[in-house]
Amino acid sequence: MIETEHLGKRYGRIDAVADLNLKVSPGQVLALLGPNGAGKTTTMRMIAGFLMPGSGRARVCGHDVVAEPIKARRALGYLPEGAPSYGELSVSEFLAFALRVRGLSGIPGRRRLDEMIERLQLQTVLSQTIETLSKGFRRRVCLAQALLHDPPALILDEPTDGLDPNQQREVHALIRGMARGRAIIVSTHTLGEVRAACNRVAILAGGRLRVEGTPAELERQSRYHHAVSFRAPASALARELLGRLPEVDTVEVDPVDGRITVFPRDGQEIFHAVVKLLDEQRVRVDELQLERGRLEDVFRQVTSGSGDMAAAA
Amino acid sequence: MNVRAEIAGEPRGMAFRGVFLRELRGYLITPVAWLFSVIFLLFAGAFTFYLGAFFERGQADLDPFFQFHPWLYLVLVPALAMRLWAEERRSGTLELLMTLPIRPWEAVVAKFLAAWLYIGCALILTFPMWLTVNYLGQPDNGVILASYIGSFLMAGAFLAISECLSVLTRSQVIAFIAALAVCFLFLLAGDPLVQRPLLTLGSARIADGLADLSLLAHFQAIARGVLDLGDVAYFVLTIVSWLVANVLILDARRGG
Repeated sequence: MIETEHLGKRYGRIDAVADLNLKVSPGQVLALLGPNGAGKTTTMRMIAGFLMPGSGRARVCGHDVVAEPIKARRALGYLPEGAPSYGELSVSEFLAFALRVRGLSGIPGRRRLDEMIERLQLQTVLSQTIETLSKGFRRRVCLAQALLHDPPALILDEPTDGLDPNQQREVHALIRGMARGRAIIVSTHTLGEVRAACNRVAILAGGRLRVEGTPAELERQSRYHHAVSFRAPASALARELLGRLPEVDTVEVDPVDGRITVFPRDGQEIFHAVVKLLDEQRVRVDELQLERGRLEDVFRQVTSGSGDMAAAA
Repeated sequence: MNVRAEIAGEPRGMAFRGVFLRELRGYLITPVAWLFSVIFLLFAGAFTFYLGAFFERGQADLDPFFQFHPWLYLVLVPALAMRLWAEERRSGTLELLMTLPIRPWEAVVAKFLAAWLYIGCALILTFPMWLTVNYLGQPDNGVILASYIGSFLMAGAFLAISECLSVLTRSQVIAFIAALAVCFLFLLAGDPLVQRPLLTLGSARIADGLADLSLLAHFQAIARGVLDLGDVAYFVLTIVSWLVANVLILDARRGG
């Protein structure tokens, strides 16, 4: 369980994070989204104990990060931004260090180490010096460090940054596999990652929480929710008629691929009405699709209000 | 789940040991540390025989050997210690270290002890000096032992100063120069070089107070063979104060 209550941090006159209330229960994987400078890393650093909270409080498995820092950190696995590690050490030396600092020794520690090495496929690079490794390997080494002690709470700051698509998929599978019984927070810039690995989403902008919910709930807030899209050449009349349907808000044509999207008024179900009309007009349509809603769209909506922060996204 | 149970019963001091051993390992695999011991041994030897006129003096003691230690440490200890925190800050591993279940003071002391032990090993490797002087004559080995202890304590003081200053910057070069300057000031606190400007400013009390802080004076007192409690306490206090300052700065940085 990871909780924050009115968590805040000011730098000078700027609120990096303000009045943030989050609660991540075991089994939940929360994706922390937001433009650059939204306060994602600052939030994670405060929960991990690297930064002191400016106001409010944060708890990891019931342990306040300020009052009981050591207990909170023992319960937490943390992958810092950029996945730093001691470059002059070899992979096995670095992991042995993490193991020792975590107080894991003997056979359980050894077994756990072997398991992590296998799951993150580090067997081939164990004796290599970390600074000679590729970015993908370095990230996995640091990830291994975060998972070594089998923590009930996990914070991963951009875990797939710099990984190739195959490695990304492996990390997503790893996160999904660990979700059971664990509270996990993952920050990311890749919205595809949310669908692939997370079951909750929180979007930050300007240091404040803008929306929180399941991916499906957020998609429902998108104007694309229940929209119908299709491709149909020579359908000008049909478009005109579609636009006159009472439950339809607007009809848009993508200037790039010519795809037509019919947006519903107030998220009403319009699929059958649209199909019926197209059928009546004998319009030949290809790739007819009912849209679930788009996270990109919601992301843009909720972060565009945050001024220059949104421009950075 | 048995792994978690293991964590709950984690023995105290494991994190401390982990950092201590990692630091020590770092000294064995980084060139800077090897350079430190090689240069220390070479120069300590060369100074003794050439500048110190070890043979020409015709005395069976190690004075000419020990009198150059402060100056060797002045350059070499800041060089060895400059990376202690600056490198952690530059590479981002500070975030990793400070989010592991270790208290700031444990990290500071573990780093200090590992470096001090390393310097101690370099110091022990000068034992051929001691063998030589014993072969050539009958030196007062008590004085030599006291000098070794004094030398080790002085290295510790320089180290604590350098480690503390290293936490203030990401740049190893800045850490080195700052440590060199502060160590130099403490070394020569009783010397006219430092005293005269203070006296002309008309603050005799500050000048006197500073003179008592002179590392060189306390080292020379011990090197004469008198292991005075005051001198030892001076070094211990210097080390402890700088380590405490180090912890405070490290903690303060988390607030900002």
